[in-house]
Amino acid sequence: MAKLESTFKNMVVVLFLVTLIAGGSLGYVNDLTKDAIEAAKLEAKMKAIKKVLPEYDEIKGEFKVATTPGDDSLEFYPAYKNGNLVGMAIKTYTKKGFSGYISVMAGIDAEGNFSGYEVLEHAETPGLGSKMGIWFNNQEKPKQCVIGKNPGNTKFQVSKDGGEIDAITASTISSRAFLDAMVRAYEGYKENKIEPATAQVN
Amino acid sequence: MNNLKNFTKGFIKENPVFILLLGMCPTLGVTSSAINGLGMGLATTFVLTMSNLVVSLVKSKIPDKVRIPAFIVIIATFVTIVQLVMQAYVPALYKSLGLFIPLIVVNCIVLGRAEAFASKNTVFSSMIDGLGMGLGFSFALTLLGSIREILGSGKIFDIPIYSEDYVTLLFVLPPGAFIVLGYLISVIKKINKA
Repeated sequence: MAKLESTFKNMVVVLFLVTLIAGGSLGYVNDLTKDAIEAAKLEAKMKAIKKVLPEYDEIKGEFKVATTPGDDSLEFYPAYKNGNLVGMAIKTYTKKGFSGYISVMAGIDAEGNFSGYEVLEHAETPGLGSKMGIWFNNQEKPKQCVIGKNPGNTKFQVSKDGGEIDAITASTISSRAFLDAMVRAYEGYKENKIEPATAQVN
Repeated sequence: MNNLKNFTKGFIKENPVFILLLGMCPTLGVTSSAINGLGMGLATTFVLTMSNLVVSLVKSKIPDKVRIPAFIVIIATFVTIVQLVMQAYVPALYKSLGLFIPLIVVNCIVLGRAEAFASKNTVFSSMIDGLGMGLGFSFALTLLGSIREILGSGKIFDIPIYSEDYVTLLFVLPPGAFIVLGYLISVIKKINKA
């Protein structure tokens, strides 16, 4: 078959048709996958919450609090067991990572100490900064572990800066960023504390 | 016979990574582990096969002067489909490949094959060419990823092989990608000469 001439009309019509078909098929695929994407995101979030908190039966009354205007907001997920508040999972973030943005799900138990954390998103150097997912979770090395501590009773800075947490070897910047995210979570938690009494009424 | 040749040339003789040296950005960027390399390779294979198919179907309907934008729209459509499907069904892989999935659009292998092969050949041989090239790309990325993962984190496909205390971290970092790629290219050159 002969090629279509490159006349103005042909070009406009062909490009229009190509984009029309492309747009239509993308809309269709988007419709097909929308629910599955939502479900996958929710499942990942619930899995992270489950990991960072002590045992609970339900999450209810989640809310968002904007920190500084134009910035990301913190997300709070209060967890209840038999109607009692047992802890709160907080999705926190920092922009001070070695490669920018890091988001962390931090769990705070009823006593106000960190009960766990899970790094959700990061772009830190593999093998160095990326170790933060396990480094600060290591109960065998209390000097680098953040579990059971909080910025109220421990200085949440790397030891190089005069704090009480040991940084990841060769990844001081990632460690600082991680602690920054944790402190942000804790401050948000203090400001938006749910009193156990009111929580029970709800 | 010709189709078989079209299919196999992508592996060694005209391997997009080792011989044509196309698509270096994803090659160096995502191959820090074998599974990342394989995932990226298969995603590209799908896009390459489908875009080759569609381009060769519509080649006579596209005026010459607008063929590049038309091809890019076709390629971008398939990439977005891959992206949505991965996000929905393999979120973990999607997370680790992240930025590199949308970048398949500008991977020069895809546009290169559309322009150099699919726009001049029949539908069937274009598909075969896309599939062969894609699998060759996957093979190269998986090989590169495996070597880097073994040397750099002591694992392959996340299965530990030896203690992490003896790994050479350099290999999962960017310089490791260049070093391993360089050695692989020289080995492939040797094989091709023989």
